[in-house]
Amino acid sequence: MTDIRPLADPDTVRAALDDAARQRHDALTAEVAADPSRLGRTFPAAARQTGRGPLPGLDGVLLEDAVRVGLVRAAAQGLDADTLLAELRELYRYGDSDEKRAVLHALAGAPAELDGSDLLHDALRTNDTRLVAAAMGPHSDRLDDDAWRQGVLKCLFTGVPVAAVTGLATRADRELAEMVQRYRREREAAGRDVPPDVQVVLDACSASPRHSDRKGS
Amino acid sequence: MRIFDPHIHMTSRTTDDYEAMHAAGVRALVEPAFWLGQPRTNVGSFTDYFDALVGWERFRAAQFGIAHHCTIALNPKEANDPRCAEVLDVLPRYLAKDGVVAVGEVGFDSMTAAEEKAFVRQLELAVEFELPAMVHTPHRDKEQGTRRTLELVADSGLTPGMVVVDHLNEVTVDQVDEAGCWMGFSIYPDTKMDEHRMVAILRRRVELGRGLGRVLVNSAADWGRSDPLKTARTGAAMLEAGFTDDDVDRVLWRNPIEFFGQSGRLLLDDDATSDAITDATATFEGNSVLRGSRD
Repeated sequence: MTDIRPLADPDTVRAALDDAARQRHDALTAEVAADPSRLGRTFPAAARQTGRGPLPGLDGVLLEDAVRVGLVRAAAQGLDADTLLAELRELYRYGDSDEKRAVLHALAGAPAELDGSDLLHDALRTNDTRLVAAAMGPHSDRLDDDAWRQGVLKCLFTGVPVAAVTGLATRADRELAEMVQRYRREREAAGRDVPPDVQVVLDACSASPRHSDRKGS
Repeated sequence: MRIFDPHIHMTSRTTDDYEAMHAAGVRALVEPAFWLGQPRTNVGSFTDYFDALVGWERFRAAQFGIAHHCTIALNPKEANDPRCAEVLDVLPRYLAKDGVVAVGEVGFDSMTAAEEKAFVRQLELAVEFELPAMVHTPHRDKEQGTRRTLELVADSGLTPGMVVVDHLNEVTVDQVDEAGCWMGFSIYPDTKMDEHRMVAILRRRVELGRGLGRVLVNSAADWGRSDPLKTARTGAAMLEAGFTDDDVDRVLWRNPIEFFGQSGRLLLDDDATSDAITDATATFEGNSVLRGSRD
């Protein structure tokens, strides 16, 4: 009933698996499609039953993430948005870092009526760069402006490439530019290098349609 | 020298330790869930701790080029607090996870009925989740505690080869050997066991024709006085005593991989594990789980 966009084309995922792993992948997918309540049992074990590591041909996408998002997608077809969100919150709450990241990737492909921004806030409170990066993906359009700006600043601060931030070109504003300039001044005053992404964000702020916006406007 | 520390509590250690460990050759480790010094009083305190073991600490170790695994359990000391008994109910969620390579630390601290009940239940969970068990032996009355431990292991139905009995010394090693379990030794700065006594135990085993199999050497470093480089120092002491580089590699790298590899949950790449798998038993055959690195 709910449509989740896959992290990678399902055929690409299947092609990356050997025969035995592909059979396990297909069996897991069929299992959760038939009974979405099986998601909680299949999701944690999915990586060791199929595979992990970079997915060939897709820059920065991990096989285990694509497989787990695929399982969410299969389960979601039998769940309404509220039930799916409750399920994703459970997976995230009891997930290890890899499972949490996969939940964030699943949210990135969620329809407009599904709001998992509470999970993004949790991820942005960590210092785990993999979670921070995943939280600033497409679902970050649910974050309010203050939280989103803090997320961008956290990316600069923890070394997450801002290329991972969705909406930088349209959402960057004067407020963000001022925050980043203060961050740059602090680095310069300390005699430290300024990460190249600082200029990337400032350029995005200047070019953004919201450049003239003030906070709260 | 490449080292897999099979028992170290990194949550209690600093990033300086991670750096020094990597420089000394540590590339993988297992962090058993244990007591934090300050007793906990509720289940939520445990789940946050378990989440850190499968989350933040794994990430932290990865920053220093070290593959972090853990074991999950209700430890014997806190098994005596009825407010913590419900921890047993949340364990299955964690025992299903990648990188959780055993149930542990379980066992005895003060040899109470509550400890035995938790111990027996967690051995059942090890059977159910097809995981090895890491068993802590008491620091007081160790010989009797080890004897009772081995009786409960024998009754559990868990294969002796799936059990490591830890913190052994000269007095307790033989009964664990005879039971067919793995023998764990924690090397401390000045108590319990040191690297030279460890070398003497290894030498005796070789002289008796028992070889270097089923032996795990760890630093058990935690928030107490301890040294995360004791594994490396044991390797150096072995070399000084005439053991070969291959002997050291066997004890400090291949043995832990053979033991914890039985979980099917190690997070190491093929290169790291292939030679250990060659050494290991048929348990590894057909196991594709070790494939692929995560970081």
